[in-house]
Amino acid sequence: MSINIVDRRGSSKGKSSENRQRLLKRVEGQIKKALPDIVKNTNVKDLTSSKERVNIPIKGINEPQFTYDKDTGDKKHVHPGNKEYDEGDMIKKPKDGQGKGSGQGKGSNDPNVTEDDFNVSISREEFLDYFFADLELPDMVKKHLNSIVDFKQKRAGYSNYGNPSRLNITRSYKNSMARRMALGLYFDKKIKDIEKKLKGDLTDDERIILEAELDKLKKMKLGVSFMEEVDLQYNNFDKVAVPITSAVMFCVMDVSGSMGEKEKDIAKRFFMLLYMFLTKQYERIEIVFIRHHTTAKEVTEEEFFNSKESGGTVVISALELMSKIIKERYSKDWNIYAAQASDGDVWDKSDANDCYKILDTDILNSIQYMTYIEICRSVAGDLWNNYKALSDKRKNFEIGRINEVGEIWKVFQDFFKKKTA
Amino acid sequence: MEKEELKKLFSKPDWNDDTIFEADKIVSRIASEYLGIETYPNQFEIITSEQMLDAYSLIGLPISYNHWKFGKDFVINSNQYKKGRMGLAYELVINSNPCISYNMEDNTTCLMVLVLAHAAYGHNTFFKNNYLFKQWTQADSIVDYMVFAKEFIAKCEEKYGYEEVEMTLDACHALMNYGVDKYKKPIKLSTKEEGERLQKKLEDDRILLNDLWRTIPREEKEKLKERRFPDQPEENILYFIEKNSPKLRGWQREIVRIVRKTAQYFYPQGQTKVINEGCATFTHYEIINKMYDDGYLSDGFMQEFYHNHSNVIFQPGFDSKFYSGLNPYTLGFNIFQDLKRMSLNPTHEDLEWFPHIAGKGNWSENFKYIVENFKDETFVLQYLSPKVIRDMRLFEIDDQMENNYYEVSSIHNENGYKKVRESLSQSYNRSRYVPDIQIFDVDVFGDRTLTLEHTPINKRGLDSNEVRKVLPYVEHLWGFPVRIIENGKELATTKK
Repeated sequence: MSINIVDRRGSSKGKSSENRQRLLKRVEGQIKKALPDIVKNTNVKDLTSSKERVNIPIKGINEPQFTYDKDTGDKKHVHPGNKEYDEGDMIKKPKDGQGKGSGQGKGSNDPNVTEDDFNVSISREEFLDYFFADLELPDMVKKHLNSIVDFKQKRAGYSNYGNPSRLNITRSYKNSMARRMALGLYFDKKIKDIEKKLKGDLTDDERIILEAELDKLKKMKLGVSFMEEVDLQYNNFDKVAVPITSAVMFCVMDVSGSMGEKEKDIAKRFFMLLYMFLTKQYERIEIVFIRHHTTAKEVTEEEFFNSKESGGTVVISALELMSKIIKERYSKDWNIYAAQASDGDVWDKSDANDCYKILDTDILNSIQYMTYIEICRSVAGDLWNNYKALSDKRKNFEIGRINEVGEIWKVFQDFFKKKTA
Repeated sequence: MEKEELKKLFSKPDWNDDTIFEADKIVSRIASEYLGIETYPNQFEIITSEQMLDAYSLIGLPISYNHWKFGKDFVINSNQYKKGRMGLAYELVINSNPCISYNMEDNTTCLMVLVLAHAAYGHNTFFKNNYLFKQWTQADSIVDYMVFAKEFIAKCEEKYGYEEVEMTLDACHALMNYGVDKYKKPIKLSTKEEGERLQKKLEDDRILLNDLWRTIPREEKEKLKERRFPDQPEENILYFIEKNSPKLRGWQREIVRIVRKTAQYFYPQGQTKVINEGCATFTHYEIINKMYDDGYLSDGFMQEFYHNHSNVIFQPGFDSKFYSGLNPYTLGFNIFQDLKRMSLNPTHEDLEWFPHIAGKGNWSENFKYIVENFKDETFVLQYLSPKVIRDMRLFEIDDQMENNYYEVSSIHNENGYKKVRESLSQSYNRSRYVPDIQIFDVDVFGDRTLTLEHTPINKRGLDSNEVRKVLPYVEHLWGFPVRIIENGKELATTKK
């Protein structure tokens, strides 16, 4: 019997992906626990680069078995490669009492080789899924749910007309087969009838007529075409209206001189998270970046995260700019969100008061939700005190404080935790 | 093809289907004419390294049910592989009929011929003819059965939820080593029959009563109390649970059975590493050398072959940093090789130690006989010769628990041969790595506590950490508290 060679290379890739998913599910808790550390230890650039995979250390997901305690019992082992030992030689045991291997060779695929700790490497996508699993923008769909409509293509059965790229081959072929069978049977039956008649007693004339007819029928039967216009079926699509929501997020960052490298790093990380969260979770969201020192400026994403500027601090300038942009561009039909980060410095007391005023009377009335983080400041300043009062008063304003990189994740989660309705 | 043409074909580093086809013609002829071995028909599959990693994680089964444990093995293996810490095997072979071997696409021609002889003939003949495999596994139906298992478990997940099923599987896996029949012959399996049997069983379960739930009049109860349940200790824990657990539902019993059957399928493999690898290595070595002698292979081919062959049988000494125990390929190959040598060119020593083999010249018949009738433990005990002990410089270490030193108890000398041989043979006894734990008793008239008993061998105790982790799994399957005793003393219990 000759050998059967099968080239499997083309088929069944990723047989293990389902099992890998199950493993991920199993260690979900551990992955989530590792997230704060990742926010802390990865630099801002790596956090957003889309190529890299994330390695997450997994501890002790071992499969328990009844096994021997290695330190007990009288054992005899056979080992190879004796050079100097003679019968009766004594060798001191190492201190920790660990004996040598059991003499069983272990292959790399031996199911008994268990490592307590190992890394699972997950793709950026998977990573972000875990990252933002339980977070959402509050009141996302409150405004103008039905005002903006998008269209989506949806399957809607089959049709007899369509363009060739939508031809449904299976269905068309089935139709063709049915037609050919039906017509074939019709002719078969007629042919059979005539053949039967031909076997009986006939005059020559009758025979000639019948034979001619038989010939004709046979030709017609052959003439049944393989595919006819009527067989063709096309996949049909309908346009379905989907209501969509539009949202805009204002990111406001203080880049004044008082914000040191550390403060800026924390702020950037926070916004980076926010940025990833928004772009990942919401397909249609606009983001407006505003940076300010004494004056405020709308900048691009690139500038926002990378450029270096410094000067004094006038917070109100940023809020005024924001208010202006809202009125100009997002006055109607928009869900509006804002996040502000600062070290809490203000120009003077009146600056802080102005901020309170503009937020309370203007901005907070037109937006859904705003967050404020204060970085590395242990003593509550004017801005904090004002904002604190405001946050107690207004439901859609939350503030938080971050002193260490490690706290970012926690604060972020508090801001955007899914609130059950 | 002419010999010269074939020689050219095999000398090219790249191969195609024709190369394998032509090689197989020669290899199969030599295997049957020169070595006299019989095999299952071969299915020779070419796979990528990615697919090899997949195959690894299913421990070589072509298909299996879904479980995170396989995902874990896959992740660990592919981490190792990507970091370059681990090379992948050139082939992986499955005990099935036809015998499926997976072969890496980037093998050179020489490696392909080598693995063809090694796996498709060496392992294949072992699977087909060895008594343990014949008795305990059904090569005809394993793939079929795993298809059934995968479908069944997928259905259960749909019906009862993925977490429930996973919990049951986790519990069964923890007891996998205790799901094996060592003395009874299992019945034949097939998808269709399994389906029918399952139908009937579920129906029976509905109708029948479980004895453990029975309430009986008092006097009768007193009488029964004297009887133990089970009458005799039961070593197949999963079997006992499948048949007697008061709380398991029908589908859970079926899952226990599936894990049990899988464990049974792997049971012979754990006990035949040395002899199986020895058989395969000896087979490829003999076949390739014969091919060379017959003029099919070039010197260049043989250079590459010897390089690979010596990698396979590389045995670092005990004091090397690469040492991780005896290499089963080396030990098995050396024993078979030495048996052939003594059959053709015996020394005085051989005549004294192996009078029925030495100088008789029938080495290939002898090879066949050993392949059919031995496992590691008996193979070493019977055939490890003084010469192999000397060549490998084997020595025995005695590790007494109360001593703070190891004693070198035997070495490769007149005194030591038999002791080394016996000791090494013992190390392949299954009880060396699977503790003896059996079902001891069920408290039928009390709270239905299940008692397991560990019988220590050579004063070896159980790892108490692991015991504490395994017991809750047993309890999950049993449905009532579980405890484990040793020499009449309780080691652990799940009772609150």
